Amino acid sequence: MSDLILKTAAELADALAAGETTSVELTQAHLDRIAAVDGDVHAFLHIDAEGALSQAAASDARRANGDALHALDGVPIAVKDVLTTIGLPTTCGSKILEGWIPPYDATVVKKIKNAGLPILGKTNMDEFAMGSSTEHSAYGPTKNPWKLDRIPGGSGGGSAAAVAAFEAPLALGTDTGGSIRQPGAVTGTVGVKPTYGSVSRYGLVALANSLDQVGPVTRTVLDSALLHELIGGHDPLDSTSTTAPVTGLVDAARAGATGDLKGLKVGVIKELAGEGWAPDVMRKFNESVDLLTKLGADVVEVSTPSFEHAMAAYYLILPAECSSNLAKFDAMRYGLRVTPDGDPSAEDVMKASRDAGFGDEVKRRIILGTYALSSGYYDAYYGQAQKIRTLIIEDFNKAFEQVDVLVSPTSPSTAFPLGAKLDDPLAMYMQDLATIPANLAGTPGISIPAGVSDVDGLPVGVQLLAPVLEDARLYRVGAALEGAIGPVLSIDKLEVAR
Amino acid sequence: MTETLVPFDEVLERYDPAMGLEVHVELNTNTKMFCGCPATFGGEPNSQVCPTCLGLPGSMPVVNAKAVESAIRIGLALNGKIAEWCRFARKNYFYPDMPKNFQTSQYDEPIVYDGYLDVEVEGETFRVEIERAHMEEDTGKTTHIGGSTGRIHGADYSLVDYNRAGIPLIEIVTRPILGTGAKAPLVAKAYVAALREILLGLGVSDVRMDQGSMRCDVNLSLSPKGADKLGTRTETKNVNSLRSVERAVRFEMSRHAAILDAGEAIFQETRHFHEDTGTTSAGRPKSDADDYRYFPEPDLVPVAPSREWVEELRGTLPEPPAEKRARLQAEWGYSDLEMRDVWAAGALTLIEATVAEGASAQAARKWWMAELSRAANDRGVELAEVGVTPAQVAEVQKLVDGGSLTDKLARQVFEGLLAGEGSVAEIVDARGLAVVSDDGALGEAVDEAIAAQPAVADKIRGGNQAAAGALIGAVMKATGGKADAKRVRELILEKLA
Repeated sequence: MSDLILKTAAELADALAAGETTSVELTQAHLDRIAAVDGDVHAFLHIDAEGALSQAAASDARRANGDALHALDGVPIAVKDVLTTIGLPTTCGSKILEGWIPPYDATVVKKIKNAGLPILGKTNMDEFAMGSSTEHSAYGPTKNPWKLDRIPGGSGGGSAAAVAAFEAPLALGTDTGGSIRQPGAVTGTVGVKPTYGSVSRYGLVALANSLDQVGPVTRTVLDSALLHELIGGHDPLDSTSTTAPVTGLVDAARAGATGDLKGLKVGVIKELAGEGWAPDVMRKFNESVDLLTKLGADVVEVSTPSFEHAMAAYYLILPAECSSNLAKFDAMRYGLRVTPDGDPSAEDVMKASRDAGFGDEVKRRIILGTYALSSGYYDAYYGQAQKIRTLIIEDFNKAFEQVDVLVSPTSPSTAFPLGAKLDDPLAMYMQDLATIPANLAGTPGISIPAGVSDVDGLPVGVQLLAPVLEDARLYRVGAALEGAIGPVLSIDKLEVAR
Repeated sequence: MTETLVPFDEVLERYDPAMGLEVHVELNTNTKMFCGCPATFGGEPNSQVCPTCLGLPGSMPVVNAKAVESAIRIGLALNGKIAEWCRFARKNYFYPDMPKNFQTSQYDEPIVYDGYLDVEVEGETFRVEIERAHMEEDTGKTTHIGGSTGRIHGADYSLVDYNRAGIPLIEIVTRPILGTGAKAPLVAKAYVAALREILLGLGVSDVRMDQGSMRCDVNLSLSPKGADKLGTRTETKNVNSLRSVERAVRFEMSRHAAILDAGEAIFQETRHFHEDTGTTSAGRPKSDADDYRYFPEPDLVPVAPSREWVEELRGTLPEPPAEKRARLQAEWGYSDLEMRDVWAAGALTLIEATVAEGASAQAARKWWMAELSRAANDRGVELAEVGVTPAQVAEVQKLVDGGSLTDKLARQVFEGLLAGEGSVAEIVDARGLAVVSDDGALGEAVDEAIAAQPAVADKIRGGNQAAAGALIGAVMKATGGKADAKRVRELILEKLA
């Protein structure tokens, strides 16, 4: 196995720039690693070896001419299967989209293509991004590379596992309630949910439009900054996209790496601790808080009382929006079509196709959302949830008057065994307790590895949250903390070792 | 099944009608409501589509600013208020021609609210209050193949054309129109006609009812005379001509009355209108509790037109049609009756243009309302499409005024124009229509006529000038009608003085 796969994206970019390797070589190295371990991990739903190598060859040709498009030109990447890709299947982990080949690229996909990053393939996910374990994928679960009987988190378990297993140096994820950060936490990788609107959602098959955000999945904070700057920025095709430029993230990460956080005020969120939080997770988290103090930060406790209702609000807004988003899957224009016997009407075909094409969790949320939006219930459910959302935004605003960043554990526990929570949706939903508030408020968040549990040896994540459009703070503080914690993920700790 | 109907006059003895009109107008923007696809009519099926208007997974809408501008201008022209802040909402329901299975529309936050339109029927003015006008996208168009009805039930299969999906629509909804009594059908027609005229003037839509760029749904209910509470309504969908609007109201009034007379209840439902018979038939049940699960469209940001922009758009409004009519009537000196006929014939703008080209208002009215209206009627086309332009009418009239054409010859020129024989000058030439005004040539013809009818000549010599008519007739006949009758008369009287 080539050692190239052990390098970070920034290191690979440097090696390419220095002429020490070629994109074809390092793309092939990652494809070899995929071939070797993905049978066990199942991070990918679709591998595009041919396409990736041809993009790599084109990258090498550009670089030979001195025409590299971007620092990451030639560094391969994996893309969550919820982002549309011309010519590559996009299933969203659902049977209902089996065989659909989009005729257009998501804006973020266009951006990585325009920067010359070869696309290795599409990564596994919970069906339509509904879940926290990737077990709701219609194509079978992804396994945690640390321990193959454990979940890799979700919904973006495929992207996190691909990066953790050294199958890809970079991946794109999407985060609606924690789908980038929670998988990052349980796989020992870095995951960022950018400020809502700062990365285009065009071509992201919506779960909940007002919560979804595309973000980077990497092994280092600097790599996330590099990818985040590449995919960020205004998109005229996304009306909710912000016009503020997405810059200064890489600089912030490099500045943070010096390890000086003097003058920084950090707030520990009081409500995201206590009952329901695993003691081994809390121990690791508290070590991180101590490290922040050692780096010069002033750490205080901050209260965000409305967070208590975040989960309830989230599970009304999300099903409401997704019940409407998923209505388009009716077998009339694309995707799975099931034609019942006899002389079926269009409605019969729609019913049969949706029944066969959607999994139980998807159906559960469609039913919840349809109910929540129904006449007579709208005010009591959707309307109330929007009010809670406003209260949560106010909590964030008050907190950020006192401190520069907020900190909490990313996830209440380390990776749990596959199947452990499949029959208990509420327990599964609790995985996102700490990550959901940022989606409701639109604020950015990062999860970085805090170390491994002293109980099961599995990774624990620490989450940093910043005010809207202050994503750079996450990179400065994240890089400083990352340096203080030291390396957590290494290939030798994985069940899928060399 | 033949409906039991109550004669219209009898309906009014026992019931008061209440109407509500919902008019959908397709805007004539270059592109669709939420994407960059062309919004033009008549392309190859499914040739004007993209991921957004096909509702492909991952696609997102972007509001067409021109459509918002049109909506605001329509609102202002309808004396409405323009929302300072409003949102789009999703109207959720399943239908194969709706790509996303929700329609992006507006719900409780329409861009226009509280407007009105005054319409005149037989000298009486009715104020139609407009509750709201909102923006939304059109659906695709389904054609059902097979089966006898052309409707989805019984069809072998259906074809869907998504070119229409996403075309910007404005839906204009009235408050219940009360107190119209026997004039209800005419008020409904007049309202839609007035709306159409305003929209034409604004230039925001083709407003072709025959092509569906303007569609009207007619809500109607009857309540016992004097009752405060409105009766149960039916909604007759897609009534596609002004005349049909009138007939649909009239038919539903008679149908409702028969049901109510029998002591039965009106079934709340949609109705289909049949152009051929002027009747309606049952559609689908429609309860007030139809649940579309509206919620604000999360993929779009609110529309918040600045007051400056709204005022700027107010400045672009054309003169309101009713005011313009009053001004032109005064300028042209038409009687009320003449003006009404001109308007009803769709000749107003044509006459205005003809006058602008130099013709007198009376002459312009004469040609448009007589020769040309007849021709349009014969051909079954709108007056504006009869094939003669205002400039041509003015040109012909100029020749008449200058004496080189008589009215009779002018009519022949119009014949030529209608037959496509070329320009006015070419037709005058080719048909040899110039008036014979050469006294020499005329004199000969006059001499011949006098010689042929000595008895008549004697009467004239005796002072009976009225007898000249017979000689004038003879001269006109001899000259093929090309003589100037006035000059002929003068010559006769001179010669027989």
